[in-house]
Amino acid sequence: MTTMILWVIAYLIFAPLVGGILAGLDRIVSARMQGRVGPPILQPFYDVLKLMEKEALTVNKVQDFYVMCFLIFIIITGGFFFAGGDLLLVIFSLTLASVFLIVAAFSSNSPYAQIGAERELLQIMAYEPMVLMTAVGFYMFTGSFRVSDILTFGQMPLLYLIGIFFGYLFILTIKFRKSPFDLSMSHHAHQELVKGLTTEFSGKTLAMIEVAHWYENIFLLGFVFLFFVNGTPLGIALGVVVCLVAYFLEVLIDNSYARMKWQFTLKSSWVIAITAGFINLVVLRFMF
Amino acid sequence: MSYVTKSPWVIHYDGSSCNGCDIEVLACLTPMYDVERFGIINTGNPKHADVFLVTGAINEQNKGVVQQIYDQMPEPKVVVAVGICATSGGIFKECYNILGGTDTVIPVDVYVPGCAARPEAIIDGVVKGLSVLAEKKAAMGKKPVETAPAAEAAATETEMKEEA
Repeated sequence: MTTMILWVIAYLIFAPLVGGILAGLDRIVSARMQGRVGPPILQPFYDVLKLMEKEALTVNKVQDFYVMCFLIFIIITGGFFFAGGDLLLVIFSLTLASVFLIVAAFSSNSPYAQIGAERELLQIMAYEPMVLMTAVGFYMFTGSFRVSDILTFGQMPLLYLIGIFFGYLFILTIKFRKSPFDLSMSHHAHQELVKGLTTEFSGKTLAMIEVAHWYENIFLLGFVFLFFVNGTPLGIALGVVVCLVAYFLEVLIDNSYARMKWQFTLKSSWVIAITAGFINLVVLRFMF
Repeated sequence: MSYVTKSPWVIHYDGSSCNGCDIEVLACLTPMYDVERFGIINTGNPKHADVFLVTGAINEQNKGVVQQIYDQMPEPKVVVAVGICATSGGIFKECYNILGGTDTVIPVDVYVPGCAARPEAIIDGVVKGLSVLAEKKAAMGKKPVETAPAAEAAATETEMKEEA
């Protein structure tokens, strides 16, 4: 019980720190890939602190409330996960958080924000089957949806869930908002939709979205980590290394692909979910 | 210390520029000059921007657009007029459709002359704008005190008019 509380507190404090530093590394590595020097590593923190200083400019009153709910539910999602809670509950509260962000974007009558919100809905449709299959895969392998049980199971899930692992890596691009799947909003100045989902948010509201994104990234990498635990320090080390490699891979993909249309996003992620994810589940059901 | 100077996000608007200055503005983002070193990002969104770069002179058609972009930017904000056309109207000053430089519509903080303004000059202009940005941030908290006498003056003015 105490270790559980300690993990949640550690998540609350360190996730935005590590997430922000990862975002800073992301920007430096991206810059180096483009032959530039890039910003200081603490730049994401400067950005957020600056946004906190800006004048509050909102289109309507409910907008900030919804964005606040988005941040709170992202934190709750990660909290459940790091407390060793139920994977299904984690996934459902993650979806709820995303819905709050979409409602916030819809609540402003800006056409850019609304198209961004519609695209975000499509992205949820694209990645959700694979996320659910990941949870189901862990259940079929360990016999429990609880993260704490998966951690103490003793065998490395990756060896039996290799298809699901690659499927999860695929949809991670959507969740990290990286090209080619950054349809609804991007960190770069692709100006096709102005700023998509976040067009109408500024100042503190935008800062909340940034911080929520850091929390979310850490929790999503936690899922990657879960594939490698086998109860030994070696598994933990391997998990952390693979998390960093996965993050680097996403940055590389981000810098080497143009944005795709939503049709491709939906088709490709469902095809991956069915081939890599579902076949893995069927094999798991009948082989072991 | 104010963090506005650490991450100035820029919005770039092309008034009636010949594109010379616009290309130089974009050149600032290339590996050669790489303004992201200073945390400068080119956003397409006035609501996220701190620095407003205007190129080209103001005419009847873009007057409203420039005004609207300026109004949509949250405080503190800085306007940098890039190139001689944005500064004063340049060689187009006498044209029938040209109103003049950017300062005919919105208050300008930094003028960067040149035809076209060199990327070094633009970066220098934005960096000069950062000190203005810091001053504006420092003045933000005091604003109600400053505006109060003005409002009082306006009130007395109307009273006087009523009496008259």
